[in-house]
Amino acid sequence: MSAIKSTVRAYILENFIMGGDGPAFTDSDSFMELHVIDSTGFLELVTFLEETWNVVVEDAEMTPENLDSLDGIEAYLRSKAVAMPCAA
Amino acid sequence: MLNPSVLDIDCAAETERICRWMVQTVGQQLHKRGVVLGLSGGVDSSVCGALAVRAFGPKKVFGLLMPEQDSSAASETLGARVAQQWGIAHHLENIAPTLQAIGCYRWRDEAIRALVPDYADDWKSKIVIKGGRDGGLNHFHLVVQSPEGETSERRLPIREYLQVVSATNFKQRVRKTVEYFHADRLNYAVIGTPNRLEYDQGFFVKNGDGAADLKPIAHLYKTQVYALARHLGLPDEVCNAMPTTDTYSLQQGQDEFYFALPYDRMDLALWAHNHAVPAAELATALGLTEAQAGFVYADIEAKRRGTRYLHAAPVLVEPVPEVQ
Repeated sequence: MSAIKSTVRAYILENFIMGGDGPAFTDSDSFMELHVIDSTGFLELVTFLEETWNVVVEDAEMTPENLDSLDGIEAYLRSKAVAMPCAA
Repeated sequence: MLNPSVLDIDCAAETERICRWMVQTVGQQLHKRGVVLGLSGGVDSSVCGALAVRAFGPKKVFGLLMPEQDSSAASETLGARVAQQWGIAHHLENIAPTLQAIGCYRWRDEAIRALVPDYADDWKSKIVIKGGRDGGLNHFHLVVQSPEGETSERRLPIREYLQVVSATNFKQRVRKTVEYFHADRLNYAVIGTPNRLEYDQGFFVKNGDGAADLKPIAHLYKTQVYALARHLGLPDEVCNAMPTTDTYSLQQGQDEFYFALPYDRMDLALWAHNHAVPAAELATALGLTEAQAGFVYADIEAKRRGTRYLHAAPVLVEPVPEVQ
């Protein structure tokens, strides 16, 4: 698994599932369809991505395609030329 | 073909049905002696007030006007006018000092100043929603206006968004506290005034305007509430007013803050979604592309998911059947 995916997965497991028996999700699963992240959760996720990778997520980039799965997030961050977390 | 006539109702029959239900519910189910409601001057509370008078007579209805520093003066005037028109005993309770004391304005302004350091008491602000109607993810922008009239806008990060909204929610919760004081004092029930659009889509504050003992118009689309307002003879200003939140200091339409479309189009979209009308047919009726109509349907579902907990009773480890 890539560093981006493992970092985001760990964040989701800690902050949204909180150690409970949440739905298992693959890299391509939709967070929305599995009810892993709701609308407020996506705003939290955006702040996490911005602070962890030191990027600015533009309004037009706040789309399900970019943010609704681990695959989408990795492709999106790579498109912004980011490979590794800059902060723990 | 889908058109607005699907929302037509027999106003006389619906009025009769709701009034009978209110009498039965308040007397036989809730065992209360009358009803209390907040009168904001908006169409929903005005219709509920008029229905309550039709159901119980004016002597068993108590109205509350609860302005604060950001609500419009017209709201108070119109609320009082509706109370007088229907002979509703009412009380004016300015909740601004309570909100000031509890920190509503301080917490809100602190979050705003984190983004706009110059923001001061003589500035105005509001929140607007973005994203969902275009197929994106819903997010919010803060709009501020300086005393000179200069307006600027920027996206609200999660922490500031939550702090502004939660501080503002004090308004609905303090109003509900006042309503329940008078309900307890009079042994009355509290009427909640959401229409179907608000109720379905979770456009209310939990334990704020969402709290009530009965909700007489929660099954009616907003368009139908306006039809009842005209049928009941409410003032033109009530019957013709565009819905606002009356919560932020800058004028804010409900569709700016929450819904994907203005209420009349949103009503039709919700009706169509509830009746499994294909997105292509909704698109034709509303002048949207099929993709846009699909985004509206998706937004309806997203809001239902996101606000389900607002409707829910507290969750228990296991049922306590003796009190259910």
